Amino acid sequence: MLLAGRALLILALAIAVYGIIASLYGARIRNAPADRRRSGRAWIDSGRRAVYALTGTVAVCFLVLEVAFLRSDFTFELVATHSSTTTPGFYRATAPWSSQEGSLLLWVMLLSGWSSLILYLTRRRAREIAPYATAVLLGLAAFFLALLVLLETPFARASPVPPEGVGLNPILRHPAMMIHPPMLYSGYTLFAVPFAFAVGALVTRRLGADWIRTTRPFALAAWLCLGVGVILGARWSYSELGWGGYWAWDGVENAALMPWLTGTAFLHSVMIQERRGMLRMWNVSLVLGTGILAVLGTFLVRSGILESIHAFGASTLGIPFLVLIVAMIAGSIALVASRAADLRSEHRLDSLLSREAVFLLNNLVLVALCFVVFWGTFFPLISEAITGKQASVGPPWFGRYVVPLALVLVLLSGLGPVMTWRRATAANLRRVLAVPTAAAAVTLVVLLAAGGVAARPLALVMFCLAAFVLAVVAQEFWRGVRARRAMSDDSVPRALVALVRRNRRRYGGYLVHAGIAVLFVGVAASTAFQDVRDVRLAPGERARIAGYDVTYSRPTARLDVASNGSLEKIDLGAALRVRRGGDEPIALHPERSYFPSSDPTLGPLSRYFEGESTSEVGLRTGLRRDLWTVVSPDIGSLLAIARRGDEVFREASSLPRGERAVALGEALRRMIARYRTDVAPATFRVLVSPLVTWVWLGALIVFGGGLIALWPAPAAARRRARAGYAARVARELGRA
Amino acid sequence: MLVVLAVAVALIAGPLRRSRAAADESAEWAERAELEAAKEAKYREIREAELDYRTGKLSEADWRALDAGLRADAIELLRRLDALGPGDDRGREG
Repeated sequence: MLLAGRALLILALAIAVYGIIASLYGARIRNAPADRRRSGRAWIDSGRRAVYALTGTVAVCFLVLEVAFLRSDFTFELVATHSSTTTPGFYRATAPWSSQEGSLLLWVMLLSGWSSLILYLTRRRAREIAPYATAVLLGLAAFFLALLVLLETPFARASPVPPEGVGLNPILRHPAMMIHPPMLYSGYTLFAVPFAFAVGALVTRRLGADWIRTTRPFALAAWLCLGVGVILGARWSYSELGWGGYWAWDGVENAALMPWLTGTAFLHSVMIQERRGMLRMWNVSLVLGTGILAVLGTFLVRSGILESIHAFGASTLGIPFLVLIVAMIAGSIALVASRAADLRSEHRLDSLLSREAVFLLNNLVLVALCFVVFWGTFFPLISEAITGKQASVGPPWFGRYVVPLALVLVLLSGLGPVMTWRRATAANLRRVLAVPTAAAAVTLVVLLAAGGVAARPLALVMFCLAAFVLAVVAQEFWRGVRARRAMSDDSVPRALVALVRRNRRRYGGYLVHAGIAVLFVGVAASTAFQDVRDVRLAPGERARIAGYDVTYSRPTARLDVASNGSLEKIDLGAALRVRRGGDEPIALHPERSYFPSSDPTLGPLSRYFEGESTSEVGLRTGLRRDLWTVVSPDIGSLLAIARRGDEVFREASSLPRGERAVALGEALRRMIARYRTDVAPATFRVLVSPLVTWVWLGALIVFGGGLIALWPAPAAARRRARAGYAARVARELGRA
Repeated sequence: MLVVLAVAVALIAGPLRRSRAAADESAEWAERAELEAAKEAKYREIREAELDYRTGKLSEADWRALDAGLRADAIELLRRLDALGPGDDRGREG
């Protein structure tokens, strides 16, 4: 299977290269005399079909790898180093993308899949642009396939073939990790679609509304997938990494956030181009920049550059990625510069009091946010390059710039929906802003009266702005429903459904704005008003934290045995009893899981305590606040016993294999039993974070709104609507 | 492996083997597609302006003036589409 996998990769690379040549050759000769023109179309079709063939070939490749992981086939070096027989089946299925090679293969599979979809859907449209877009998409696929064939093959043979694998990195054993990487990569690869069509539009100078109409759903889907990926990553960080937060401004997190920010800007500004023919240069620049940032995101994760410039030099992928990114930047700049005359706007801004102006400002804020994130992410490398020493910037630095920009962004997300296109009059604005402004004012008064919030003025401003946005959105829905009911006898729920169905983009977008407001309320509250304490408690002892009485009832311990009978991990934890005021007490069970190390220098017992370990959070979530706990068990006494036990097993090396395994299991069981009765203190981190759940709820609303905006209108309804408007315009035409 | 190779070759070579490849009229198609996209955007703008009026964001006088302008733009687009002659509906619907 290893040979078949490698051969399939080479075949995929050959298909991609062929597709590029066929597409470009076909595009070149289709403007030739009639007989050659026919052949040009055939070559273009053949190039498009190469993308379909590539998808199938790469999918078979991935299937070969997936089967090897599921069967724990350790002849695959990748399986031996990233899985084991003790890794649960669910995680064995996800283990391929925990490796560099597997994730690159996943990238190509997703890219070719999405490329096939867009090229199939547009097979009778965007005919001038499509062959160039095909060549760009296949070019990206060829780059990644070349890496897989020449530098990082997933089909390397293990030598010697080990009896057991190293296992999946313990921190990746979380359900979110099943979906997080494919969603991020779907976002990255979907952003390649508008990038490729923008290049095609620039090459052919077809820079009107058609390429936008063609690629807009893909840009929106990319934005949605990347957003889901980012939030799943945040959720994983919150519940798995044991530091208590969901966003650390880590380089890899930032890498996904940057294209999401510019993608958000594009989705707004592209509406101005659709309606007014404005911002053409800005839009192609945004979409090209987003495509480059998507590749940069993959590069940041895979090159090791964020560790250090030297790690980048040592990485096999650093230089090729750098060459690709430089080529993409240089090519984009050259294309935009050479088409400057074709990218002139058809109209100018009519008024600063218009939706166009708000969108423009929103774009500037989003791009500024992206720049801040970019600078903060690359600052360690810049400082290392200039001074030779790496200096990094932390959350306070990001907060200094991101918080004010986020406040402006939330304000704009409330102003955008109430503005009309072209020009809003002051009288109408006064009318539509009255209720939202009152909502913000009431929120301010209530929060000031409640006390405690005034000490955090930025959080207070965020709460008021969020109230403003939510009131705007509620008012928009209410006015829409009222208008709908004025034209029909529908009940309120029916009118609401009909309103949203007929105006999915508008009302889906409004829901996204509401979700963003809810999300930012959660972020502001959980960062400004979080209580965190590290306490050391012995069994039976109690600590008081942010109004909670936390009692360490007893230590817990268990051996976690895999389905094949081997020991997967040891869980050492604590049973906590928590009570707030006169409420019913609740039980929390934070744990620390110890995974056996495959380091042969460690003894047979101590390897179970000196390998990697992960925190299992004891979490009580609520709409008002989360109580979050982790435990660091004191395993000093267990380690001392384990080391003595190692000596005993070393002396009994002549023991038959079966008896040795039984003795080892018995020794571990006794150690675990001893820990359960241990009275040694453990260290706990306890966090009380208000409104964290609002972050996840806000994200759910954002994605719900995004799905509504993305959902295609039923074909029949679309045709009816189009025919209706066509008839009306035709009537006008008859009178004209 | 051989099966994948055979399927890939058959798929890719299909258009090249066909003798009756359709004539390419990409430039005309592109022009029509641009106008169709602009027309759809204009219809959406007309519909949204009406919704803005009905939800109280536009006064009646402002809406009527805006609507008239948008309709004039739509009429111009229809004229330009007519001037291109009858098109292939498959191209429009995609």
